[in-house]
Amino acid sequence: MSDSKDLQAKEKKEVSSPAEQTTPGFVFTPEVDILETEEAITLLADMPGVNSENLDIDLRENTLTLSGVAQPFEAADEEDVMIEYEIGKYYRQFTISEVIDQSKIEALLNDGVLRLTLPKAEKAQPRKISVTTA
Amino acid sequence: MIYRRFFNFPESRLRSPFAELDGLRRQIDLLAGKSIPAKAGVFPLINLTENNDNYYVRAELPGIKADELDIEAEGNKISISGERKIPSENEKAKYHRIEREAGKFSRIISLQTDIDSDKIDATLKDGILKLTIPKSEKSKPKQITVH
Repeated sequence: MSDSKDLQAKEKKEVSSPAEQTTPGFVFTPEVDILETEEAITLLADMPGVNSENLDIDLRENTLTLSGVAQPFEAADEEDVMIEYEIGKYYRQFTISEVIDQSKIEALLNDGVLRLTLPKAEKAQPRKISVTTA
Repeated sequence: MIYRRFFNFPESRLRSPFAELDGLRRQIDLLAGKSIPAKAGVFPLINLTENNDNYYVRAELPGIKADELDIEAEGNKISISGERKIPSENEKAKYHRIEREAGKFSRIISLQTDIDSDKIDATLKDGILKLTIPKSEKSKPKQITVH
C-alpha cells in the first residue's frame, strides 16, 4: 500500500436500508478491510467515537453483525459553528462462509479501529491410533 | 453572538435555511438515479463548536496515534497534519476488501476571534481528536450587569 498519497475527505456513508430503527439518528456503514489467511479471517473496521462498552459484535449462524454507537460529543453549553460530519450508529453485517471457532474469536478496539480475528475451525485432524501389543 | 452567525464564516457550511433545500435536491437526485458527488472537503472533516470560553474542534481520526499528529497554532490559525498509516498485515493474507485508506493529511482552521494559543489542549480518544482552544480574554463576551 503506498503511503504517500493524500487522504481525501469522505462523507460517512449512511446505511441505505437498515433494519427499522427504534430511535432517531444516523446509521453509518463503517469502512472495513477484510483479509484471510489459512488460519483466520481478520476484519478491521473504522468506528471512531465508539468505545468497547458501546460496541456489539454478534456471530449467529453465518451472519456477523457489527453495531456500535458513537457517543454524542457536545456539552450542553456548546453552540455549533461549523458541522462537517455527523455522528450516530455504525451498523454492518457480513455473511461468513467459513466455519469459525467461536471460542477463539478475538476483538480488539483501539483508537476507534476494531480488529476482529475469527479463527477458522480446525478441520478434523486425522487421528493416529497406535496399536500396542500385549 | 448572533451577528457572527450571519457575517463572519463565509467558507463554512452552516446549518442554514439552504440546508433544507440541499436535502431536497439530494432527494430529487436520488429519485432521478443520479449519483451524488462527494462534497469536496479537506481531510479530516471537522466539527467546530464554541461556548463563552472556548472553541472546540473535533475530528474523526481512527487508527491515528498521538505521535503521528502534528498540531500547530499560529495567530488564530490552527493546523492539523499527519499521516495515517495502515500497517501491512501478514504477507500470506489474501485481501477480500480494502476500504480503509492511508495517506497524508493537512488542514488549517482559522478562527474568527483571537485565541490563547499557549493553552490549547488536545486529546485523542477512541479515534476522535478534540482540541480545546481558549478564547483570549479580550474576545470573550463580557457580562454586563444592569443596576
